[in-house]
Amino acid sequence: MQSWPTLPLVASLFLLLSASTLRAQDTFHLETSSGASSIRLAAANFKSAAPTADAYTHTFDAVLFSDLNSAGIFDVVSKSLLPQTTPGTPAEINLAQWSQAPTSAAMVAFGNLSVQGPNLVANGFLDDSKNTQYPQVFAKQYLGTASDDTARQLAHQFADDIIFRLSGGTPGIAESKIFYSKHTSPGVKEIWMMDYDGANQHAVTHLGEDSISPRVSPDNSLLAFSALGRDGFQIKMFSLLLGRLVRFNSVGGTNLSPAWSPSGQQLAFSSSRTGDPEIWVSDPQGAVAHRITNYKGPDVSPAWNPKTGAQIAWISGRTGLPQLYIMDSDGSGVTRMTDGGYATSPSWSPNGQFITFAWDRHYGPGAPGGQDIYVMEVATKRWIQLTHDIGRCDFPTWSPDGRHIAFANSPDGIDSHNRIMTMLADGTQKRALTESGADMPNWSWK
Amino acid sequence: MLAHRTSFLNKAALVATLALLTAAGCHKKQAAPPPAAATAPATIAPPTASITADPMAIDLGQSVVLNWRTSNATSVSIDGIGEVPVNGTQTVSPSSSTNFHLVAKNDGGTTEANVRVTVRVPEVPAAPADNNGAAGSDAQFQANVQDIFFAYDSYDLSPQAATSITSAAAYLNAHPAIKILIGGYCDDRGSAEYNITLGENRANAAKTALVAAGVAGDRIRVVSYGKEKQFCTEQTESCWQQNRRDQFSIDR
Repeated sequence: MQSWPTLPLVASLFLLLSASTLRAQDTFHLETSSGASSIRLAAANFKSAAPTADAYTHTFDAVLFSDLNSAGIFDVVSKSLLPQTTPGTPAEINLAQWSQAPTSAAMVAFGNLSVQGPNLVANGFLDDSKNTQYPQVFAKQYLGTASDDTARQLAHQFADDIIFRLSGGTPGIAESKIFYSKHTSPGVKEIWMMDYDGANQHAVTHLGEDSISPRVSPDNSLLAFSALGRDGFQIKMFSLLLGRLVRFNSVGGTNLSPAWSPSGQQLAFSSSRTGDPEIWVSDPQGAVAHRITNYKGPDVSPAWNPKTGAQIAWISGRTGLPQLYIMDSDGSGVTRMTDGGYATSPSWSPNGQFITFAWDRHYGPGAPGGQDIYVMEVATKRWIQLTHDIGRCDFPTWSPDGRHIAFANSPDGIDSHNRIMTMLADGTQKRALTESGADMPNWSWK
Repeated sequence: MLAHRTSFLNKAALVATLALLTAAGCHKKQAAPPPAAATAPATIAPPTASITADPMAIDLGQSVVLNWRTSNATSVSIDGIGEVPVNGTQTVSPSSSTNFHLVAKNDGGTTEANVRVTVRVPEVPAAPADNNGAAGSDAQFQANVQDIFFAYDSYDLSPQAATSITSAAAYLNAHPAIKILIGGYCDDRGSAEYNITLGENRANAAKTALVAAGVAGDRIRVVSYGKEKQFCTEQTESCWQQNRRDQFSIDR
């Protein structure tokens, strides 16, 4: 399996950045997920081993197809090109049918569903159709209490295993979550969460306040966010295990935009406790707080380098309009990354190589610019633009595998019309995950 | 749509005008402005005129002596008094601060002179319900402590804003029982998180100016709302301008 190209998408992105000596978007052609590097993969409909499992096959098949299709590393064969058979086990599959035209699949995922007692059981198989002697790549059984949601989760797990095997060892993201701020009634926003594909949207908090900027801890146990109270915005800490708020100490001023270090032991945030908004770092209870910036003007929206934990990107208005900066996590080595415009909301790629952020390159009264999502290579400061002419975009957040970016988009620029979209990290395959009224997505770390 | 936009422009203009008027009205300057220079034909020299008041500030019920001198005038009048001799004195007892406006005329032209007598009215509650002078009333508060507005992406106080802060500080220093809330607001362009820090700096700019003008810092609570509480939502400069503000209210 080592022979498969590793991270074709990120690699292509890097090639694009390297190949461009100019900063003009016209030189970019962002069709990176097609072509030779993609594996042609067929996903057969799962066979129902008993009539009681019939009700779950539709959900399972649809979710599996969607997961594989949106992974960004496969050329998934259209269902209409598949053989007219439904193999449930390795004994029932004729791989020659699947490897020849028009299916032409290099890999075939198939299996069966059954209900055994209270459980829904999925037996999943992945075969290499060109390897006639030992075709099986892996076989695995998945089970959970029978329900439509379980069928969805089992499909996610099977998809993640396939992606893990075929992508060079990067875990799939089908079981990751996206947290976001949901406009529930006038003046009230609650933190909600959903599956990475937009399913299972549900509320996490019920505070009746204006809650924004959710950031989940690397181990998925704590959710930091900020909420508007009598003393302005303050950081709140919600335990996803206990289902309630836990303590976070704030000592005066406005405190907002929390960001977890990859160790989960530190939180960076913006605090105006000294009168001017600066970046501070504390432990997850708000204790041992120390300031790491000291410059007049707004400093906000920190984001750690998740690969090293040694650097923080953030937004500073110290020279006027907000710009993207990076520094070491002790506050030294401050480097300005953007050369102008209005830059906000950085998110650092999982491999530490890129920062995605929102940028209005021609901001100002009467300027025609739009706020779009960009990716910048940290080492060279070269960038590409990922969104064009789809309205105002903000709050990009990387998926754990580095292949996707979720972001907020308002087609008409009105805040309350924001919805959450995803795309591949090269800007292709954009699709909306929510209706309007959803803002500030934050993708879980795993 | 156009009408809508126009109404907002008008509203903005009105707000600006009000701010100017208030700024002027709240300056309790007691020096008389210099007489206006008259433009006169070359043949006949226009009259000269001056008027003084002694004292220039009184408490309600006290009297003040007006003293005026003119030359070459054929007729002299003072608003509220009528025709008067070309030179003279008169004792008056105005019930409120009054601008005494003298007009001296001859064939060569007209010359004006002004003196303002300030009458210190005791802090009588404006409304019968308001019997707490130190705490003032909402109407007085809104009249004296007005919203201030900012340029885009700026938290620097404009000259108009500094004037508003000066009169606000005077009112707050005269009403030490009032605690105030300064809300910092931004227009809805740009990023939510950045705008909260920008609003924080806007509110703190006003707080710093008030403290410098003698208002105790512990009377002031600062909250930045960023762009979370929009006054209006049109995508127009006049609406954005109304959102880029510090709003002052009594903190109860």
